[in-house]
Amino acid sequence: MTTTAESTTPELGRSRARKEDARLLTGRTRWTDTIALPGTLHLSVVRSPVAHARITGIDTEEARRLPGVLGVYTVRDLAAEGVSLPCSWSITPDQKTPHHPPLAVDTVRFAGEGVAVVIARDAATARDASELVVPDFEDLPPVLDMEAALAQDATLVHPDFGTNASAHWVFDSEEAGTGESADRLIAAAESDSDSVVIRRRYRQQRLIPAFMEPRSVLVDPTGEQYVIWTSTQVPHFVRIFMALMTGIPEHKLRVIAPDVGGGFGGKLQVTPEEVLCTLAARKLGRPVKWTETRSESMLSGHHGRDQVQHVTLAAKRDGTVTALKVEILADMGAYLVLVGPAIPILGAYLYNSIYKFDAYRLECTNVFTSKTPTDAYRGAGRPEATFAIERTMDELAAELGRDPMDVRRQNWITHEEFPFTTVAGLHYDSGNYEAATAKAVELFDYDGLRREQQQRRDAGDPVQLGIGISTFTEMCGLAPSRWFGEQGYVAGGWERASIRMLPTGKVEVVTGASAHGQGHETAWSQIVADQLGVAFDDVEVLHGDTQIAHKGLDTYGSRSLVVGGIAVVNAAKKVIAKARTVAAHLLEASEDDLEFSGGRFTVRGTDKGMAIGELAFAALQAHNYPEGVEPSLDSSATFDPDAFSYPHGTHLAAMEVDTETGRATLRRYVCVDDVGNAVNPLLVEGQVHGGLAQGIAQALFEEANYDEQGTLVNGTFVDYTLPSAADLPSFTTDRTETPSTTNPLGVKGVGEAGTIASTPAIVNGIIDAVRHLGVTEIEMPCTPQRVWRAIQEAQGRTTQETPIDTHSPGAGLGSIDPNNPQEEEVQ
Amino acid sequence: MIPAPFDYVRPGTVDEAVRALSEAGEDAKILAGGQSLIPVLRLRLAAPSVLIDLGGIPELRRIRDDGDRIAIGAMAPHDDVLRDELVHEHVGLLAKATATVADNQTRHRGTLGGSLAHADPAGDLGGVALALEAEFVIAGPGGTRTVPADEFFVDYFTTALGEDEILTEVRFPKYTGWGSHYEKFNRTAQSWSMVGIAAAVRTEGGTIAEARVGLSNMGTTPLRARGVEEALVGQPATADAVRAAAQRVTEGTAAPSDADAAADYREHLARVLTGRAVLAAAS
Repeated sequence: MTTTAESTTPELGRSRARKEDARLLTGRTRWTDTIALPGTLHLSVVRSPVAHARITGIDTEEARRLPGVLGVYTVRDLAAEGVSLPCSWSITPDQKTPHHPPLAVDTVRFAGEGVAVVIARDAATARDASELVVPDFEDLPPVLDMEAALAQDATLVHPDFGTNASAHWVFDSEEAGTGESADRLIAAAESDSDSVVIRRRYRQQRLIPAFMEPRSVLVDPTGEQYVIWTSTQVPHFVRIFMALMTGIPEHKLRVIAPDVGGGFGGKLQVTPEEVLCTLAARKLGRPVKWTETRSESMLSGHHGRDQVQHVTLAAKRDGTVTALKVEILADMGAYLVLVGPAIPILGAYLYNSIYKFDAYRLECTNVFTSKTPTDAYRGAGRPEATFAIERTMDELAAELGRDPMDVRRQNWITHEEFPFTTVAGLHYDSGNYEAATAKAVELFDYDGLRREQQQRRDAGDPVQLGIGISTFTEMCGLAPSRWFGEQGYVAGGWERASIRMLPTGKVEVVTGASAHGQGHETAWSQIVADQLGVAFDDVEVLHGDTQIAHKGLDTYGSRSLVVGGIAVVNAAKKVIAKARTVAAHLLEASEDDLEFSGGRFTVRGTDKGMAIGELAFAALQAHNYPEGVEPSLDSSATFDPDAFSYPHGTHLAAMEVDTETGRATLRRYVCVDDVGNAVNPLLVEGQVHGGLAQGIAQALFEEANYDEQGTLVNGTFVDYTLPSAADLPSFTTDRTETPSTTNPLGVKGVGEAGTIASTPAIVNGIIDAVRHLGVTEIEMPCTPQRVWRAIQEAQGRTTQETPIDTHSPGAGLGSIDPNNPQEEEVQ
Repeated sequence: MIPAPFDYVRPGTVDEAVRALSEAGEDAKILAGGQSLIPVLRLRLAAPSVLIDLGGIPELRRIRDDGDRIAIGAMAPHDDVLRDELVHEHVGLLAKATATVADNQTRHRGTLGGSLAHADPAGDLGGVALALEAEFVIAGPGGTRTVPADEFFVDYFTTALGEDEILTEVRFPKYTGWGSHYEKFNRTAQSWSMVGIAAAVRTEGGTIAEARVGLSNMGTTPLRARGVEEALVGQPATADAVRAAAQRVTEGTAAPSDADAAADYREHLARVLTGRAVLAAAS
């Protein structure tokens, strides 16, 4: 029996490089697309180039004749007209949830929706043949604007519903008993000279999740079970829903998410292609694979955000906020997908954020349009909420002529007031906004930058400086199963872990969380090493295969550590309890006299003891074990938390705005996040950096643009301006540690914090830089053109915007539109 | 993504390449680094029957001193150009503009000739070639001919190259001792120019004696701002004088309008950036 030298320093809190990195960075790992089975057939999806049309015919003859093509199938050929892709969340009892077949039946409802599939012996032939499939369309007017979609005479995306509104959801603190009536307090403020009312309209533009690894599916129907490899965040969801959709019994389905190259919510989905590959594999009796192109991904993978928010905030002139009212229109796109309708609701309890308001009301209307469906994208509802309140707190400060940080201080929950029940009814367990803010302000040199800002204003410098503030909290660790049930979600939120004690002293940990870049293998190993007193390297973490991790609820909503990680802790505690019984028996001591430390049980006051690995070996032999006990230390635990976790932090951005060109440049970014105790500070920092990049990208760079026909016009990475490292400065990240009181590790989620916090910091910084010129609002992304026009208009110089040709080939390859190919000469 | 099927040839000499091009007919495309062509093929926006890869012709990669000019082989990768000492000393503007092309990977694969022959008006190097009065050496079935820069760029993605011709070399006059600057304005570091201003100036005792200004993405071809050049000559290299001259930059332009920049904003940017480019070049 060998055991790696036992570590004496605790693993929790230790910055370790990731176990996963060697295989990922050297390309040794297998992604779904690199898994090659003999006889695999390849599937290509023929997609609609138009947003809204009736399908009058599909000519497949020429494609069928291409050598190497095995078949061209419509949804009817696959007998899948009745199959509906899952929407697992009804936010209201009367939510209108449309039938959503994996390919359009008679009507296409967004550009990019599949109308047929081609199956061929190789991927190139499948692609060639899909070009030869000619659908005939009778165009219908697309529904593109949410406000217009709700008008009386609007074209309907789903005519049977008689409306484009899918659901109307309301929270009112008076009705909920958590506060007063927002409408009444706002009305009172309007007639009170000692109060102010701030009204703003914000647009959360449509974003594309843009994970690095395109989605891919491989289905092997040749064994006793169907095996589905898929690049997903949610293998367990895929298994259950696939059984429900196809009628293949659940025990005949095995789903594997091998290494997955990023998701950001974009792979929190059960996709048409997963169903199509399964149906085609069943029909043909051979493995079938689909791997998307980048443009296909951007066109047809679900999008994120796309909301319009109307915010009304009432405050006393002394700065005390009394009431907040929010009205949201949320663009669902053409269908409701996995958790799409709930995305705005995941933010709905957070618009009051870290503040103490007397009254709060939120109304959300989910709207169908002829666009790609929307669903989770990093933050999912909480970035929208944080943006709205943090932008509005800045507007309040400006209205009152106050420093925006002071106005926040005046309204936030102080650290003595925790635990605190908010006006939205959430129970914040812990937090210390003062500490995080103080640290951030110091690292940022807030006062120094304010002085520089004044100097630049006084000097009329063409480059103006602005300071953007975002003090945020979020609810994450998406779980409490009962809460999910109350909110209309079909799934629970628990997570499961199992620990297998191997007889040589090594440990296997099976987790139901499904990592796709987070570093679970490293973090879970650290947790188990500490709990069991074994070496970090002696722990192997297994996940992402329903045959190994047969139960699990997967990875999204910053839930893995605070739910799945605690399940690991609880399983380890069960292992120790079992081992204690065996140890007491073998050491001929009372269990009460045993001490467990450093992986070893010792009889108190003696040098007699046994290591946990020795006990695992003894359990394997089972020659000598106590009566009434099973000879195994292996244990499982399912953890369902009672509460969310509430990370918080203070983010500060120094924005330089070139008033001559409109370019906004991020000069300095400081964030102090409080994610409770950090299992691995290096992983935390990595999560924060990536999150910041994506949140900053919403503020400055990214937007999915549609033309008036409903075509996505920037469906490549050339023109969907995703920032790279070259576009961002080095971030200053730091932490305060206010442990969560609702879990034994004192941890909070971190996966989304950077994204949730950063967007308003950037936009507040830009506005702050040019507010003295009269600018009060700039839509995201704050492109140079938008900033320049805002300055011009604020200065009374109306600019005549020339009509834009969205298909202009003038700006390089970027404006070559893959959905509207145009002939051109290229050398 | 998978392009449509095509044949591929890789000649070893210019003569072989010209022959291959003649034989292949009008459906052939020249592959000269592929940084624009390959994406276009992958998006199936073009489906040539044959690709003729010039990457196997060593002589096309050479950069040499040609008396009063620097001659750069059409297949010299951007990274070679921006690191070349001759280019730095005599054609500094080209080195500076080339350093802004896309990203490091693209600069290793993409070539000067490929970029110029692609003739994307948003490209960074066309305006430089125009402003610096480069000469384009073109090989065809009938031999070699030379075309001046102001006749090379014809329209969107269209040059003076015949269907059976290949760009083999670009010759830049020496601008030894001139100051230069390339002012590129784009959405992200790797995106194409919304506007690019290439400026080279020769100053004598604080006065601008000669000036060259080229423009990216201000029309259907790269453009030269002769009005600005004229206005600058004899002016002091001061902010006020240079900015005044820069106002003429939109003369003869036809700025495109797209989602990132409508024409009026592009024109405004061109004026601001021209002032900055010239001042930086003169400093």
